[in-house]
Amino acid sequence: MAGYNTSSTRPQPRLDADNRAFWTGGANGELLIHRCADCGGYVHPPRPVCRHCLSDKVAPSAVPGTGVVDTFTVNHQKWFPAMEVPFVIARVALDGAPGVYLTTNIVGCPVDAVDIGDKVRVTFEQHGEVWLPLFEKVDA
Amino acid sequence: MKSIEAYISGVGQSEVGVKLTRHPLLLTVDAVKEALAEAGLTIGQIDGVSTYPGRVAAMPGFSPVGADELVDALGIRARWYAGGGEITSQLGAVVAAATAVRAGLARHVICFRTVYEAAAMARPDEYPMQRRDKVDGNSQWFSPFNALSAVTWTAQYAMRHVRKYGLTREQLAQIALTDRANAALNPRALVQQPLTMDEYMSARMISSPMCLFDCDRFTDASTVLIVSAGDALDEVKCTPVRIAAMAGAVERLSWDQAEWMACYATGRELWKHTDYKPADVDTAQLYDGFSFQCLAWLESLGFCEVGEGGRFIEGGQRIALNGELPLNTFGGQIGAGRLHGFGFAHEAVVQLRGKGGARQIGEDPRVAVAASGGGPLATALLLVRD
Repeated sequence: MAGYNTSSTRPQPRLDADNRAFWTGGANGELLIHRCADCGGYVHPPRPVCRHCLSDKVAPSAVPGTGVVDTFTVNHQKWFPAMEVPFVIARVALDGAPGVYLTTNIVGCPVDAVDIGDKVRVTFEQHGEVWLPLFEKVDA
Repeated sequence: MKSIEAYISGVGQSEVGVKLTRHPLLLTVDAVKEALAEAGLTIGQIDGVSTYPGRVAAMPGFSPVGADELVDALGIRARWYAGGGEITSQLGAVVAAATAVRAGLARHVICFRTVYEAAAMARPDEYPMQRRDKVDGNSQWFSPFNALSAVTWTAQYAMRHVRKYGLTREQLAQIALTDRANAALNPRALVQQPLTMDEYMSARMISSPMCLFDCDRFTDASTVLIVSAGDALDEVKCTPVRIAAMAGAVERLSWDQAEWMACYATGRELWKHTDYKPADVDTAQLYDGFSFQCLAWLESLGFCEVGEGGRFIEGGQRIALNGELPLNTFGGQIGAGRLHGFGFAHEAVVQLRGKGGARQIGEDPRVAVAASGGGPLATALLLVRD
């Protein structure tokens, strides 16, 4: 797959109480974003307080896993020797979670096939406990 | 109580280079001495120190000297000091100092930014970067996707301009071309050779749409600005430059949750604190760690509409030394080196005093804007020679 990074070249997140649901939800095929039970607002990065209403009734909630490419870049620079380039870094606006974006990679298509406005769907890549939410084009 | 205004008195700079061997504290002292000499002040008259981001143990090259270290090393009898990264970008340290002198907490404050990234990279045994096996904090939202540099984050804002507003590479090139043309006239600039459009267009891409020449590079240097209280100017020998307005902003620090870089809110805020207008500005010194940040600052400060930055700088004449808005007259960070924010305020003062030598702009400049920061942090200063 063009521009796809092998597992050994991705820095891994350290799991903690705040981020565990986000990084492990992929094990059940779920993209989990913190949501407020009081106002319904979404909170990302995940924290134990709602940034919309200050409630502490915040918990992980599954979102559809689809979204739209808000913007992107094609990275050509090898930031370390084992990095495979080029690849797409994108900011995806998540469907069903207004105001939440994820920085991610668009995979499964040539790097020049990605554009702003593209519809994308999550695809998880497992690294031990961690399931990274990558995205691929819906019509690819 | 009569209100006290804040001024920049002396400014100074060490040698600027890569892989320097001179101790970073001594580079800082070199810049301090030059600033003191220009201001006609002695170290005994300094009663405050301010820096960004303070000493960073995990990245010793990024910030090798802390405010407390300078206080101790130079025997400064400080009544006030500050140094930290949780502030509205590099020139936030100058805002803090100006706020302190306006409040009567200090009379003459040394503000400094010392960078030693090139030397530290070359001598990792002496300046070790702390390595971690896992990422956390904000880094976890980028690093697992190999978005490892601010260039990839900034490039995404730039790409939005490309797609939404039609920004072209030829337009964006004018930041780097202008920087490099000006740097060639600055004896302390890191890069002394001008850049051609052909060289720019054929450069290797780093993170589209930004190529190699859209990026600054690691530099070793120290830059100092002395902020003095308006009721202490009788002690100052050089022409003081008044901080007529200042503004800052912080957007969501994870970068990716913010629709706009913080410069946009900062630019709007700045003009609320002054009767001056963008049309009054004689020269702009705007952060260009990555070229697009500089273009965004032009839009943010109202020199053109949002989305019009590319057309505003097209051809380069408007922002040239003899243009209507001379930009980054010292070469910016792309030409003069990654002085990290402080170079812009330093140059604004140099130009307002008419000390720019071969790069001095004409028509007796009196109003300059200096800005630092990109992404979620931003600070702007309006500087006036009364």
